[in-house]
Amino acid sequence: MFYRETGQFKSSYKADQAIFPLSQDRWFILFLIIIAFLVIPLTASEYLLQAVMIPLLIFSLASIGLNLLVGYAGQLSLGTGGFMAVGAYMTYKLTTAFPEINIIIVFILAGLISACVGLLFGIPSLRIKGFYLAVATLASQFFLVWMFNKVAWFYNYNSSGTITAPPRELFGITVTGPTATAETRYIVVLAIVCVFALIAKNLVRGRLGRSWMAVRDMDIAAEIIGIRPFQTKLIAFSISSFYCGLAGALMVFLWLGSAETEAFSINESFYVLFMIIIGGLGSILGSFLGATFIVCVPILLTNAPQLFGLSMPIDLQKHIEIMLFGFLIVFFLIVEPHGLARLWQIAKEKLRLWPFPY
Amino acid sequence: MLRNILLALVGAVVAMTGISSTTVQVAADEQFIPMLVYRTGPYAPSGIPVANGFRDYYTMINNRDGGINGVKVTFEECETEYNTKLGVECYEKLKNKGSTGASLVNPFSTGITYQLIPKASVDEVPILSMGYGRTAAADGRVFKWVFNFPTTYWSQASAFIRYVAQQEGGESKLKGKKIAHVYHNSAYGKEANPTLKALASKYGYELILLAVDHPGQEQKATWLQIRRAKPDWVFMSGWGVMNQVAVKEAASIKYPMDHFVGNWWSGSDADVVPAAAGAKGYKSATFHSPRSDYPVHKDIMKHVYGGDQSKAKSNSFGEVLYNRAVVNAMFAVEAIRTAQGKFGKRALKGSEVRWGLENLNLTEARLKEIGMEGFTKPVKVSCKDHETGGPIIIQQWDGSKWNIVSDWISPIREVVRPMVEKAAAAYAAENKITPRSC
Repeated sequence: MFYRETGQFKSSYKADQAIFPLSQDRWFILFLIIIAFLVIPLTASEYLLQAVMIPLLIFSLASIGLNLLVGYAGQLSLGTGGFMAVGAYMTYKLTTAFPEINIIIVFILAGLISACVGLLFGIPSLRIKGFYLAVATLASQFFLVWMFNKVAWFYNYNSSGTITAPPRELFGITVTGPTATAETRYIVVLAIVCVFALIAKNLVRGRLGRSWMAVRDMDIAAEIIGIRPFQTKLIAFSISSFYCGLAGALMVFLWLGSAETEAFSINESFYVLFMIIIGGLGSILGSFLGATFIVCVPILLTNAPQLFGLSMPIDLQKHIEIMLFGFLIVFFLIVEPHGLARLWQIAKEKLRLWPFPY
Repeated sequence: MLRNILLALVGAVVAMTGISSTTVQVAADEQFIPMLVYRTGPYAPSGIPVANGFRDYYTMINNRDGGINGVKVTFEECETEYNTKLGVECYEKLKNKGSTGASLVNPFSTGITYQLIPKASVDEVPILSMGYGRTAAADGRVFKWVFNFPTTYWSQASAFIRYVAQQEGGESKLKGKKIAHVYHNSAYGKEANPTLKALASKYGYELILLAVDHPGQEQKATWLQIRRAKPDWVFMSGWGVMNQVAVKEAASIKYPMDHFVGNWWSGSDADVVPAAAGAKGYKSATFHSPRSDYPVHKDIMKHVYGGDQSKAKSNSFGEVLYNRAVVNAMFAVEAIRTAQGKFGKRALKGSEVRWGLENLNLTEARLKEIGMEGFTKPVKVSCKDHETGGPIIIQQWDGSKWNIVSDWISPIREVVRPMVEKAAAAYAAENKITPRSC
């Protein structure tokens, strides 16, 4: 009833091939975007923006990147943290060396460098597959993080090895550094994530995305129908690394403000991998849902006892939080192995038939 | 059916995320102090005594004196797991609580301190990173909101070299000696390196730098290198589980333990107990006594635990890191008291507490009044000097307790201070800060 396509006729291929062919979806997304751009920055507290919304968006971007590689092209990767580090450190190097370049351009350039690094580490994917590839990409994770810790050039030879976001302006408003307000940083992150999510959505609907999926589903068959696995896999690696690098750059410059290599440890790679597994492999929406789940649930669980007026020792609370979080992950995966995106799809089906399910 | 429940659950989760930022109100005229603690994770062995020390001292002040000049101290713990991201989240969560917001913040993690330094000046919340954090913050002209008295990593490293010189029989004997630095491969662990390098070129000893990656459970390769290189002295900057592993490894390669010196974060009870008899002779730097028989301890025992020894013991009462947290909490309380002298006896804002920190003058007489005579050294902070370059003392583990084995050793100020000023100037240039004139 709420979600009926009856009566929505398409009279051109363009309309039929739109990202959201149903008007309900279009209105819903538009509504969401308006809320995200207007309502949230005006109403949300600084804590909500800084601790929930900004990390949520940044991890969504990283998940989209990894999802392109793992979910669409079928190449299992554990190097996300390393590629994020490339983006962050390159942004730092570029913007301290050329402070006059617009920070957005610096982000894109850092993403491109990260794409080149991803290309390099993607080469083994031509020979090895599945879990073996995961181990090979693990090497990139450890190597990159080790390199950024070891080579002092990357952090401008300061004694602590920490990179700090210097203040940079965009249209006269400070967007990075300590004086940038949470609202400005949120808007910039949101705008970047929206643009790149749209690009990703279109990529996977187009020729490239189809060839990725062909390689994922059966690479020999894909080769027979004329898809070159070499180029296809490497492009997947580089585009995925571009997204991850961009996410890493945003993480340091628009969220944390400063970071050391520990922020890009192997845990980060697992974190993003869990997001796409829980959200749904091979789904852009799933990347957002997974990031929301993994970022929000721990914060929610931390704040829950206070919300209900319970007071308990903080260590007990943390342990309960870890257990509940683990339980929820297992629960959702048992109930719906294809992730939250599939759950959302089921919900839409139900809404379509409601109130007369058959 | 299950599906429906699930959908409802998802809806509930999404809805609740929106309201999770509601804050608990604290009654007016109470001085709120946020507590970033880590009672879980690989750093919990170090984090638990610290958190307990803070809590007990503030509770004691409230129970014994009814607060600081009648203004009750309120505090709230937030779990960081020693993770910088969670630390920043905790800071954001707690900084506006209480009637006047956070009075000051003690991150107890160098990584988190680094994150908070740029934010502190904007939010006007002073940071007291007592003996950790960014050493350059000792230059108060650039770092108006950050305090790292009584002494810093760089001062400590120079005092360690001075201690080695004393043991070896003079500064001239340092020439040709091998000194290894085993450090946590993070902003924290790397802090001492520049000083050790500068002093190496001054005194002519050979410096071996050995990094241990987070969290430090695997150190076989490091200690193999030490066995091969045979350094005369080993200095360690470790934290959490890394310390006990290092002490065990050192014992297993039969390194002479009295030539193995930890920094003040590598010398607590939890670090040596797991290595049992092997740890005997291990030394560490500190800036307060490891004993727990001072009047302040008697007050905590009486006003917090009601004389219940066993309950106090299970709350890490009297351990090295517990004592350190007591010293830190005392600094915070005394700074607030100093600020009250200027702004009146009421709950103070962060900017007012900052004034108190900067004008803190803890004399020997004042230490005696608060029951800490001989427990730690007097401190006098100034606008220019947020570190004060306090002396350190070496303690040694005898198999059952820590004992002081040296006199107070002053840092080599003429080497450290110019380096601090240089680093602070570089930070100021990079972040476009105009130094204050003091």
